[in-house]
Amino acid sequence: MSVVTTTPDVITEGRVARAETPWWRFPKRWRNPIGIAGAIIVLFTALMAIFAPLIAPYEPSAQGAIRLLPPSWDHLMGTDELGRDTFSRIVYGSRVSLQVGILSVAIALAIGGILGLVAGYFGGWADTWTMRLVDIMFAFPGIVLAIVISGLLGPSRRNAMIAIGIIYAPAFARVVRGAVLAVKSEAYMEAARVLGASNARLVRQHVVPNILAPLIVLTTLYLSSAILSEAALSFLGLGTQPPEPTWGGMLNIARTYMEISPWMAVFPGLAIAILVLGFNFLGDGLRDILDPRLRER
Amino acid sequence: MSKYIAQRIALLIPTLIGMSLLIFAMLRLLPGDVVDIIAGTDGTASSAAKEKLRESMGLNDPVPVQYVKWLGNLLTGDPGKSMRSGEPVGEILMRALPITIELAILGLVFSTIVAIPLGVISAVKRDTVFDFASRVGGLVGLSLPNFWVATLMLLFTSKVFGWTPSIRFIPFTKDPIGNLEQMILPSIALAIPLMAITMRMTRTTMLEVLGQDYVRTANAKGLAPQPILYRHALKNALIPVITVIGFQLGGLMGSAAVVEVVFGLNGVGNTLLQAIFNRDYPLVQAATLYLAVVFVMINLVVDVLYAWLDPRIKLG
Repeated sequence: MSVVTTTPDVITEGRVARAETPWWRFPKRWRNPIGIAGAIIVLFTALMAIFAPLIAPYEPSAQGAIRLLPPSWDHLMGTDELGRDTFSRIVYGSRVSLQVGILSVAIALAIGGILGLVAGYFGGWADTWTMRLVDIMFAFPGIVLAIVISGLLGPSRRNAMIAIGIIYAPAFARVVRGAVLAVKSEAYMEAARVLGASNARLVRQHVVPNILAPLIVLTTLYLSSAILSEAALSFLGLGTQPPEPTWGGMLNIARTYMEISPWMAVFPGLAIAILVLGFNFLGDGLRDILDPRLRER
Repeated sequence: MSKYIAQRIALLIPTLIGMSLLIFAMLRLLPGDVVDIIAGTDGTASSAAKEKLRESMGLNDPVPVQYVKWLGNLLTGDPGKSMRSGEPVGEILMRALPITIELAILGLVFSTIVAIPLGVISAVKRDTVFDFASRVGGLVGLSLPNFWVATLMLLFTSKVFGWTPSIRFIPFTKDPIGNLEQMILPSIALAIPLMAITMRMTRTTMLEVLGQDYVRTANAKGLAPQPILYRHALKNALIPVITVIGFQLGGLMGSAAVVEVVFGLNGVGNTLLQAIFNRDYPLVQAATLYLAVVFVMINLVVDVLYAWLDPRIKLG
């Protein structure tokens, strides 16, 4: 990170901040209210997912209560069409959203990152053909491709992850390639090469650390998109299958019952919006902090 | 200019071929035998009947031959027949495409009308409460799932006004008011995320332009602030914004799919989804390809428009 922000003013600012602020305070550029709000939302949801069994008052699939109850102290968000507690299902639903979001972005990062690294680092025909493929992938509206892939592979949680991972891979390939090309022309790369560093060493020691900042920002922002896409696929019936609770799936069922119990259509959507907002806030804040060059997206 | 356009169109051909290859490969490589699905997997169909079906569908040909045949049929305007209804796929899609395109264009119009003024005000009043609020509001807009917004809209209108959308699509040419009444809510649901993108983009480019020398010169020679804002700054700031909006139009056609489902509109997205659930392969192939072709065409138009608006990039 320090290498990316080597503009003189940032360094002086960093030194001043270190001199003036006590150790328990964040340096000044880390004090970003939007980013912090995002981090809190994400952390909160992660804790909810991890400790779901402790937080949820009922089993997510227990059909113990009366159907379609309005919110009350016993059932904070009411009950659904099978008498299951909506609040408990939302708590458990955070697991699916986070799991699919994180794993699908990991897939995109792995595929796109490697493609971009190879294309940018080696250039030549590897670059031409990789980027041609990326251009073609970009020629499809993302969600349509996700619908087709997960629909044809067969609706399931795993296939939704694969579909989302594939549609975001080209974006990572493009950014990584751009960043690698920028790093490649730096003098320190040439110096290292002259000193006899191998390709593997060059990539590991010089390329990867220097493209990390834009990659972290991009990953955070794509986490929000991936969670939205997962919700959309589940909403369309192409994601995680019932009876497992997912926020998108709950919204889908709510459409049938919303005339009688409108709250069923409110809470799951709110959960999606808040978590996605959390990642968007976090990404926005991280961009300000880590990578001033990316600020004008 | 015409040379630039010709160049762009020439570049389009490999992309289109690549796209058709990708779609074709996707449907061939995926698990499951089409013949089993049509004939039913319960074992009632004899293997001889299956073989006959396979032969009639051309599935016994080598895969490259199948691809060339499919492409040839596409180019002569025959993308095949629906496996479900037997209706020509081209006709189904030509009925669906206008709905999706209208939805996308209306969404674009709504988002632009709201987003550009907000972006300009945000840039002019930089670092004020308004600026902060619109920045946060923009991120909120980006985070709202459009299918949730659409669902809430339906809920609200039916609860408050007792209004539910008509089940049949009303063409604009037959009843313009009925058509807009039907399309207004879905296009607003579609417009919200784009609104946020356009607003942020307008703010950024506006800030950039306001810092330019020619704006400072205009200020220094004593021009009134309003003309500077509109004649000098906004005009130049809008060029990149137009590009971004243009590229989003294609994306809108994609996200329209989900909104179409909520509102029960039979656009391309909804048609594609039904085709997937029915395993109607010719329809899936054609719907995906149609959407992608429209998407690529829009991007081409935007590129050309950009070159026309900003002569500096023509040589690039």
